Amino acid sequence: MNYSILIGGAAGQGMDTLAQLLTKSLKRHGYFVFKHSDYMSRVRGGHNFIQIRFSDNQVYTYEDKVDIIYALNKETIDLHKDRLKEGGIVLADKAVGDNEDLLILELEDTAKTAGNSRAVTSVGMGVILKLLGLDPKPALEVIESTLKDSIVEVNKEAFGKGHEMVESRFGLEQKEDKRILIDGNTAVALGAAAAGCRYYCGYPMTPSTTVLSNMEKWSGELGIFTEQVEDEVAALNMALGASYAGVRAMTGSSGGGIALMSEALSLAGIIETPVVIINVQRPGPATGLPTRTEQADLRFVIHSGHGEFPKMVVSLRSVEDAFYQTARAFNLAEKYQIPVILLSDQYLADGETTAEPFDFKRVDIERNLHEGDLPEGRYKRYLLTDSGVSPRIIPGKFEDKLVLVDSDEHDEYGNITESSLVRKSMVDKRNKKGDLLEGEVQEPWIMGDDKPENLIVCWGSVYGPVKEALGLLQKDGYSIGALVYGDIYPFPTKTLKEKSKFAKKIIDVENNSTAQLDGLMREFALIKSDEKILKYDGRAFSVDELYNRLKEVVE
Amino acid sequence: MMTCEYNLYDPSWCPGCGNYMIRKALKQALEELEIPPHMAVVVTGIGQAAKMPHYIGANGFNGLHGRALPPAIGIKLSNKELTVIAESGDGDTYGEGGNHFIHTIRRNVNIAHFVHDNQIYGLTKGQGSPTTAMGQVTTLQYDGVKVEPVKPLALSLTMGAGFVARGFSGDIPQLVELMKEAIQYRGYAHLDIFQPCVVWNKVNTFQWYKDRVYKLPEDYDYTDFNAAYQKSLEFGDKIPTGILYKVEKEIYEDRFQFIKDGPPLVDAQLDPMDAEKLLKDFY
Amino acid sequence: MDYTILIGGAAGQGIETVVLLLEKTIKRSGYNVFTYKNYMSMVRGGHNFMQVRFSDRPVTTYSTKVDMIFAMTSETVDFHMGNLKKDGIVILDEELHKDRDFMHLPLQSIAKDIGNQKVVPTIGFGVIGKYFGLDPEIAKDALGETFKDKVLQMNIEALNKGYELTQTEFLLEKKKDDKIIINGNQALALGAIAAGVKYYCGYPMTPSTSVMSYISAKSKEMGIVVDQIEDEVGALNMALGASYAGTRAMTGSSGGGFALMVEALSLAGILEQPVVVVNAQRPGPATGLSTRTEQADLRFVIHAGHGEFPKMVITLRNPEDAFYQTARAFNIAEKYQIPVVIMTEEYLTDYMMTVEPFDFSRVEINRNFSWELDDTNERYKRYKYTETGVSPRLIPGKLKGVEILVDSHEHNEYGNIDESIETRNSMMKKRMKKLEGLKEELMEPEQLGAENPEILLVGFGATHGALLDAVTRLNEEGLGVGALVYGDIWPFPTKLINKLGKDAKKIITVEQNMTGQLESLILEKTRLEIFDRILKYDGRAINGDEIISGLKSILEG
Repeated sequence: MNYSILIGGAAGQGMDTLAQLLTKSLKRHGYFVFKHSDYMSRVRGGHNFIQIRFSDNQVYTYEDKVDIIYALNKETIDLHKDRLKEGGIVLADKAVGDNEDLLILELEDTAKTAGNSRAVTSVGMGVILKLLGLDPKPALEVIESTLKDSIVEVNKEAFGKGHEMVESRFGLEQKEDKRILIDGNTAVALGAAAAGCRYYCGYPMTPSTTVLSNMEKWSGELGIFTEQVEDEVAALNMALGASYAGVRAMTGSSGGGIALMSEALSLAGIIETPVVIINVQRPGPATGLPTRTEQADLRFVIHSGHGEFPKMVVSLRSVEDAFYQTARAFNLAEKYQIPVILLSDQYLADGETTAEPFDFKRVDIERNLHEGDLPEGRYKRYLLTDSGVSPRIIPGKFEDKLVLVDSDEHDEYGNITESSLVRKSMVDKRNKKGDLLEGEVQEPWIMGDDKPENLIVCWGSVYGPVKEALGLLQKDGYSIGALVYGDIYPFPTKTLKEKSKFAKKIIDVENNSTAQLDGLMREFALIKSDEKILKYDGRAFSVDELYNRLKEVVE
Repeated sequence: MMTCEYNLYDPSWCPGCGNYMIRKALKQALEELEIPPHMAVVVTGIGQAAKMPHYIGANGFNGLHGRALPPAIGIKLSNKELTVIAESGDGDTYGEGGNHFIHTIRRNVNIAHFVHDNQIYGLTKGQGSPTTAMGQVTTLQYDGVKVEPVKPLALSLTMGAGFVARGFSGDIPQLVELMKEAIQYRGYAHLDIFQPCVVWNKVNTFQWYKDRVYKLPEDYDYTDFNAAYQKSLEFGDKIPTGILYKVEKEIYEDRFQFIKDGPPLVDAQLDPMDAEKLLKDFY
Repeated sequence: MDYTILIGGAAGQGIETVVLLLEKTIKRSGYNVFTYKNYMSMVRGGHNFMQVRFSDRPVTTYSTKVDMIFAMTSETVDFHMGNLKKDGIVILDEELHKDRDFMHLPLQSIAKDIGNQKVVPTIGFGVIGKYFGLDPEIAKDALGETFKDKVLQMNIEALNKGYELTQTEFLLEKKKDDKIIINGNQALALGAIAAGVKYYCGYPMTPSTSVMSYISAKSKEMGIVVDQIEDEVGALNMALGASYAGTRAMTGSSGGGFALMVEALSLAGILEQPVVVVNAQRPGPATGLSTRTEQADLRFVIHAGHGEFPKMVITLRNPEDAFYQTARAFNIAEKYQIPVVIMTEEYLTDYMMTVEPFDFSRVEINRNFSWELDDTNERYKRYKYTETGVSPRLIPGKLKGVEILVDSHEHNEYGNIDESIETRNSMMKKRMKKLEGLKEELMEPEQLGAENPEILLVGFGATHGALLDAVTRLNEEGLGVGALVYGDIWPFPTKLINKLGKDAKKIITVEQNMTGQLESLILEKTRLEIFDRILKYDGRAINGDEIISGLKSILEG
């Protein structure tokens, strides 16, 4: 079974809280849940809507059609009524609409009776859960643990009254709840915290800000230094200072903020100081669409920073990926003394899903700091070695050993040099690390048929829609599989080359307009895609859209 | 070698450059304060002044132009036991790094900030800097600089800095004392240091400074903001040197309980299982 | 004939002076000159050297071996003796390397007699001038352009003394002089001025600074605002403002400064604001080697800026390119309302070369404004949908009733913020559509050497001179080598390389970077197989000799 509820209204009408409560309640009933928000870049007014989809199977994306629409204003009805499934219900307060097709109730009045008209959304929630046939207890518990003490009672009261207002229509059952419900940004922050990140600085920029605010929330409890800095240029420079001094450091932003970090990224490359950076992508160029989603910064991030230096780019595919890959990123950054850039996007960042609880035991912390004695004499921060990785110590820890890092070209000690020989050997040294890194990258996830005639290639959060659409096409009888890139630079080519031998069609599915993954495939594997399914309107693929578009091109 | 002796290395500065004097004072200050070299970090941007980490034997972070302060903050917050000195020229600090200058003061991190102020761009060969006088002809402003100079001390005072001082490379004993005070001051210490650029600035020469600087008198009250502000604007025939303003303020680090009371952040024990408790909110 | 003089010394000793005088005098005697300059990042001390090469044939690169060394320091001899030809001579003061068989001259003591040590380089110039039989009057004129009054007198005396110190061993007959001698940045600045640039803002960063200082020197005369801004972020944002208001605006920097302009480049893309941005490359990463050369920012610049928007990238190959391509860049920027990035390299910014005088009559200024839009009844649509994707452009304050709204958010035709799916799709398509028109205008790479080469060298930017030299000499030896040198490089022109690449037995890329960035573009856009590569990334320019030896060792396997 599979249901979707859409809540729509203007900013400021309380839909966020409602969605939060509803999503959690549904999870407590044991369902797999996926919450997807669609916001405008406004604080009041405009039109926002949230879709909550739940099922007894894992769901990875949203549907085009919905079962219940709870309209907080009339605009919602006008905009979304065509999306209602057969037998679907549109719920609204009598002040909002007056139509036979709608389920019109006195929600606001009921809220007032309960004690506060602002509790109207809790009334609505009561109605919805009753329509679904679900027990009220979990929802009441969620209200208690989520809302401020001062408003808990009135909302529980309102919810109760809503529950009494209707009869059950979809008789759903209770299942076992053992999952967590989490969004991508929070998962990233947890991964960082687990990996021992103790310095996070950033500048508020949608949709990356909640990584910062989560770290800030746990700051006291875990001893993480967090700061909202004056600008993004400061953010990465500061993180590099912290890392130089020996603390695992991270910063994050979105497109435009990441752009301001380009110079410091190059700095990270030449001073060989580890750092983790997250770019939570949104549609550009420039300010673009601040609250929407896209994955169009791939090439930009891969080549960011002037000059040549090794870096790693990892795109996050799901909330679990977000946790484990973020934790891994810190190890890789310190192992190779490089910057590691994580690519997420608004869709993943804000999309709340149910997931298996993260296993913190799977996280290892490997600092790769030099232990034991050092050779006599001045410490060589940039000692030339076979691997290109120099033994790293942090300042103040070894008496008589000084740590010098420098943004100019430098010799093994870190002192400025102009010698052509030293220059060449340092470039070779740094690049050697890049060669080693190629051995470290993980191949893309493989899904679907073993030797598929149709091979989807994609990266990042498109994973969700692709997984579902793939399942449907397999059911239809197509020979189809998919490669989903997580580690994306250096670009892993082994699996691609293998699978492309059997594939009659390679289909590139991306949220951008120039098919950036296709460019990487051509450059590194000399393989091109035959079809491209591109979406760049600021929204993610729904399972329906992707399924339909794939159907048009599969063999 | 004594544990607190700082090695010096051959600089690529022009003969007669004020940087030599400033380096001498820095070495002396650090040694007199008995700060072991491995516990000191000199953090710089780009410019002639910013080459300092290469010429004095302390830990060094020679970063990007205009970006000495952010890494300095990162370093200090990560290991409060290190003595962190941010050091760059006037262009790097008041121009390219202007935004960081303003906001660092707001934080009041416990670092010393030495600005080599020669009122010109030296490394890039003679263009006007944020402190070059209006009307001065330079290698780029052939018609004379058309903008007013920054008033660095007035700016830091306005922003609420708790330690504001000016020195002169031509008076090493005073400079040593000022540096020691700045390093010891608990909070952000702004020390703007006049120095001549013998190659590119034919106006603000050694003699020009010598003719104008005067030490603030013994009885000057450096806790008086208004007096300090007046002194900070004095920039004509007479320019005061010394500590213009010094008051106690809460430092940034102390506003983080675990940094104030705990071990340096760099020494925190790291265990992923410590973070597992956070997962409970998501059930 | 083909001769190279190396002049070396410490920063501050005045070697630039003797080089400048030599360049002018030899060129005005009718010869082709190419001066290769090597600076350290120091204001005083260290070691700098320059090589003045001259010939009756065009010269486009520097020679590895030199015929004469004029040494201001003993170090100079130590560093460069290995490159002196067997019968080459060393000219230096009698106190240096006393025990060696060099042309020792009493330079310092003559200077002392004249009354100023700083005239030593001029004495040297006199010696060299006499050695080559250069007309002393031409030399004196050159002096007069550099010095005045008493200093000029002293230098003339120094020149004369220098002339007395030696004989003419190698007479350079005076020929017709109708060329100019210029470096890449001067040429670039001239191109911009010819194209009507009226606003240049920037921040000093080697090796881009001399573009700004040249334009600044001409600021009053040509009526151009030059603003040395507080940082590079401000620079491009300011230029966009100037462009919005209707002036042709430009900014420039080097790698690190350009990195700070990346966000504003994306802004230029969505505002659809024409602007020309110069990246004068030097070795990175970060501060790298400030006074050296490299071409390692190619991929970085091509993909600079978050999101997707059309931009053009042109790499300059020589001073002519610097002039004509820069002028062309302004037209393209305004025709398609896009940012155009011009990439040059320290090597090209600094080397001096004799070239045909630039033909200013070849420069056209096409603003592409739509003044015919006089219909003030309808609100002006800055981003009106059209066939080509290019909207009719007006500037603020020129037409009554017409207000120009530009916005960094996604926007509708009027420029107002718009988040709808329909508008987003249409605007993305509109902006990217402009690339199609641009692709029609792209210039294919310049082809050098053999018509249908068996061995195809591919390069871009300032390696042009070395490639030309190498290919010419190899063809003379009978080798079927040709080269393609990219100028317009993004969008990436593929016609010519596909044509020649299919028939060539071996494609070998020549680049001044470590990761083979041009190679990666060729792979991505054509999937042609690259046989091998010649890469140089030690901060020094590659020359014809090195390409030839590099190629030969590849062919030998």
